[in-house]
Amino acid sequence: MEDIPLKLVIVGHVDHGKSTLIGRLLFDTGSLSKDKIEEIRQICSALGKEFEFGYILDNLEEERDQGITIDTTQIFFNSKNRQYVIIDAPGHVEFIKNMITGASQADAAVIIIDAEEGIMEQTQRHAFILSLLGMQKVIVLINKMDRIGYDQNRFTSIKKECLNFLTRINLDAQYIIPISAIKGDNVVIKSVNVPWYEGPTFFEAMDSFDICSVVTKAPLRFAIQDIYNFSKRIIVGQVVSGTLRQNDAITVLPSGEKTQIRSLEEYQKTPDYAETGKCIGVTTTDKIFCDRGYIFSNPLDTPAVTSQFRANVFWMDKAPCKKDTPIIFRCSTQEVYCKIIKIHSCINSSSLKLIGNDVNEISNREFAQVTIRTDSPVIIEEFSKTPKLGRFVLVKENVSAGGIITEVIRDRDSCN
Amino acid sequence: MNALDVLENESIYIIREAYKEFKNIALLWSIGKDSTTLLYLIRKAFYGQVPFPVLHLDTSYKFKEIYEFREKWAKQWNLNLVIVKNNEALSRKVNPFAGDKLTCCGELKTEALKQAIREHRYQAILLGIRRDEHGVRAKERYFSPRNNQFQWDYKNQPAELWDLYKNRESAHEHIRVHPLLHWTELDIWSYIQREKIPIVDLYLARNGKRYRSIGCEPCCNPIPSDADSVNKIVEELKTTTVSERSGRAQDKEQAYMMQKLRSMGYM
Repeated sequence: MEDIPLKLVIVGHVDHGKSTLIGRLLFDTGSLSKDKIEEIRQICSALGKEFEFGYILDNLEEERDQGITIDTTQIFFNSKNRQYVIIDAPGHVEFIKNMITGASQADAAVIIIDAEEGIMEQTQRHAFILSLLGMQKVIVLINKMDRIGYDQNRFTSIKKECLNFLTRINLDAQYIIPISAIKGDNVVIKSVNVPWYEGPTFFEAMDSFDICSVVTKAPLRFAIQDIYNFSKRIIVGQVVSGTLRQNDAITVLPSGEKTQIRSLEEYQKTPDYAETGKCIGVTTTDKIFCDRGYIFSNPLDTPAVTSQFRANVFWMDKAPCKKDTPIIFRCSTQEVYCKIIKIHSCINSSSLKLIGNDVNEISNREFAQVTIRTDSPVIIEEFSKTPKLGRFVLVKENVSAGGIITEVIRDRDSCN
Repeated sequence: MNALDVLENESIYIIREAYKEFKNIALLWSIGKDSTTLLYLIRKAFYGQVPFPVLHLDTSYKFKEIYEFREKWAKQWNLNLVIVKNNEALSRKVNPFAGDKLTCCGELKTEALKQAIREHRYQAILLGIRRDEHGVRAKERYFSPRNNQFQWDYKNQPAELWDLYKNRESAHEHIRVHPLLHWTELDIWSYIQREKIPIVDLYLARNGKRYRSIGCEPCCNPIPSDADSVNKIVEELKTTTVSERSGRAQDKEQAYMMQKLRSMGYM
C-alpha cells in the first residue's frame, strides 16, 4: 500500500513557522523546479530580503488566487519511500471549522511550536482537536531552535511542558524533534547543531509511519448505505471493520435476524472478499428486511444496540448547546434524534480551563464530556474499538459538533 | 486496494450518499476528462445505470469533437441527457469574440446552470471539480452548499467531518457534490488508462500539440506535446510536472512579478 500518499495536517500557533516549514520541505525534497526557486530568490532580493521559505507557500497560494492553474504536486512531496500531501488547516480561530474539516481527513498530524514562545493558545486548541479526532500519528516539532542558540535546556523544558500537556488531553506524540525550518536543521537534513539530540529528523519520523494499520482480524461490520433494484436487489454499503467474505454467516442489526452472504457484487465483477474500507454490494441467502443504517455483523462479536453512551464532543456552533434539547445524531449511515442528558465537564479549548462540572450548556469552541440518549437505539462501539462506529456529528441545520464515543451504556442485550 | 482503488472507492461512496440523500439530483457533464471519469464512476456505482439526468451546459461554441462524443456516448450509455442553453443570451448574440470572455462564460454557462436549477429544482448537482484546480485548502468541501446566486461564503462554511456529509439542503440552497475532489490530474489520467475510459481525442497530440483542458473552441489553447496516446500522457505528466510550471515562469516579465508583490502586500 505504499503508493497511497500519506495525508498530513500541520497545526500550531500562528507565526510558529508553518509556512516556513512547508517551504523548507518542498525545497529540501527537490519538489520545486530550479526556475521556481530562482523566481523566489529574485523576488526576495528585490525586497531586500534573504531567501524566504515562508514566501514559497504564499507564492503558490497567490498564483492560485490569480487563476493561474497550479497543480497540487506542489503541495505534494516525496521521500524515497512514499508520497505525502499536505492538507491545509488554517490557524485562525475564525476558521476552526475549516481546520477541523481538514484535520479529520489526515492520516498524521504535525504540531509546530516556537522554541522561544512555547505552547500558546492555538497550539492547545489544535492539539485538543487532534485528540478529539482520535489522531494516532503525531509529531511535535520544536521550531526556531536557531533563535535560542540550539539550547538543550530550553528544548528539554519545552519537551517536558509538551508531554504534560499532551497527557492531559490524551494525545500521544510519537516524536518530539528540535528543528529550525528557516535554517533547515532536522527537517530533511540532519542537524549538526544539536549533537545532544539522538532521534530522527522530521522526514525520517514521517517515513516511519505505517498508514496501513488496518486490523484485518477485527470483527466484521458492514454498514448499509442503500438498497438498489436495477436488475436485481443489491444491498450496498461499506465494510467498516474486518473483512467481508462470500458465505459469511452474519447477524443483521438492529433486528437480530441471521443469514449468510450469498454474493458480493461490483459492476461486472463478483469478488469473493472485500476488505475494510471497501464499498460493495451484497446479496443474502435469506430474504431479510434491512435499510440504510442497518449493520451486518459477525454473529459472535456484535456491536452494541443501545440508546445511551458517553462521549467527548467539541461544540462549534455560535449558539450554545443546551442540555436536553433535541438535536440530530449521525454516526456512519445512521441518523436519529438525540439529547445530551448530562454534561459531566466542560473545558475551554484554548486555555484548557475547566468551565464547570455538571453544567447546563456548552458554548462555542468548548470541549465537553457528555452522556447522550438517542430517541431510538443505535448501533455503536467505542471509538477505540471501531472508529467508524464510534465517531459522530451532532447536526441542527449544519454540523454543530463532532464527537467520539468513549463508553457504550448497553440498555439491552446485544442480539446473540 | 492500491492508491487508485482507494480513490475510486471514496468517490463511489460519495456518489451513493448523494443519490440516497437527495431525490432530485443531476450530473453536470462538460464532456471533459474529469466529468467523463465521474460519469464512468457513476455507472460503476449504480451497476451500469445512470439513474438521474446528465446536464450539458451547451454554449454552442464547443469543439465539434465534443458534440460528436456527447451524442455517441449518451446513446451508448443510455443517458437522460438534458442540454442546457441560455437561449435568451444567445439570441442577444452573446459570444466569446465580442471581447469580454468573463461575461460570455457568466451568461452562457453560469446563468444557464442557474436557470436549469431553478426550472428543475435540483437539490444537488454532481461535479468533477478537483482540489488541485482550486487549491489545496480545507475550505473545499465534498458537499458544498450554494445559495441562489451561487454564492459561497468560504469563511463560514459548515464543518465536514470524516465521511459524514451534508445531507439536507436548506431553503434557497442547492448542494454541490464533488466526488473527485481529492484526485490529481495524474490520478485522473492513470485511472483513464487503467479502466480504458473513452475521452475526446482533442486531449491527444496532433501535429505537436494537444489540449490539456477542453471547453469552448474559441477560448482553448493547446500546449506543445507529442503525447498522442493516454499512456504517453501519463508518462508526460509523471516526468514533466515540475518543468511544466517552469515553462510559465520563464514567460514572466519583470512587471508581472512586481504586480504580484504588490497584490501580496509585500510592497
